[in-house]
Amino acid sequence: MADYEIKKTLDYKGLACPMPIVKTSMEMPKIAVGDVVEILSTDPGSIADFPAWARTTGQAVLEVKQEPGLIRIYVKRQK
Amino acid sequence: MDFEKELLALKQQVADKPGPENKLTMIVFSGELDKHLAALIIATGAAAMGMKVVLFYTFWGTAALRSPKKKANGKNLIEKMFGIMLPRGNNKLILSKMHTLGAGTAMIKGLMKKKHIASLDEMYEMAGALGVQIYVCEMSMDLMGMKMEEMIDYPNIRSAGVATMLADAKESSVQFFI
Repeated sequence: MADYEIKKTLDYKGLACPMPIVKTSMEMPKIAVGDVVEILSTDPGSIADFPAWARTTGQAVLEVKQEPGLIRIYVKRQK
Repeated sequence: MDFEKELLALKQQVADKPGPENKLTMIVFSGELDKHLAALIIATGAAAMGMKVVLFYTFWGTAALRSPKKKANGKNLIEKMFGIMLPRGNNKLILSKMHTLGAGTAMIKGLMKKKHIASLDEMYEMAGALGVQIYVCEMSMDLMGMKMEEMIDYPNIRSAGVATMLADAKESSVQFFI
């Protein structure tokens, strides 16, 4: 079990690249610094893309969970 | 000892130099559907990565920005002919390969819908919301008789020349040509 509280879930199931990161980046200003959001994606590209996006934008990917047909990504807003 | 001194001097030089901006400048030259898709995916993706994005549409690329709903008056015969020959907006673009009299393009568009890949219209909307700047090459428009008043409704669109693009490209850490 993860030791963080999920403040919001962003459902981007069915969306293809680049929409999951585009939409997540648009949501970031609405999230408080330090809060964790859960992103649901079915785009396999998200597994590599979210850590790359976080590295560039200075956010943190806490965890990437792969379930059959679903990817859960946990992002913490750092700044 | 000397080596360390030199290293320090070099480090100082690097620190003093202003680095290129976190910015992407892309020249959209081609007029095909597949290439425009690539351009818009890269542009929206870069904006999501926190980069400033500048798209410079030139030559065949400019026709994709025409709005199917708008018309410009005062064109001469050749300009009118170009207007008819060139695609009026991004929905009229065709694939660079496998167009096969329209069947290939229709099939790709069908597949995109089925696989929930955003259409160019949706991506322009997203790019506009993300603050992606679009410049349309003044000379290309003039050459083919296109006018700003027939271009799509987009928040940050204006005409510009090569110097504008080069000034942006020089400041950018990433430059692309499609």
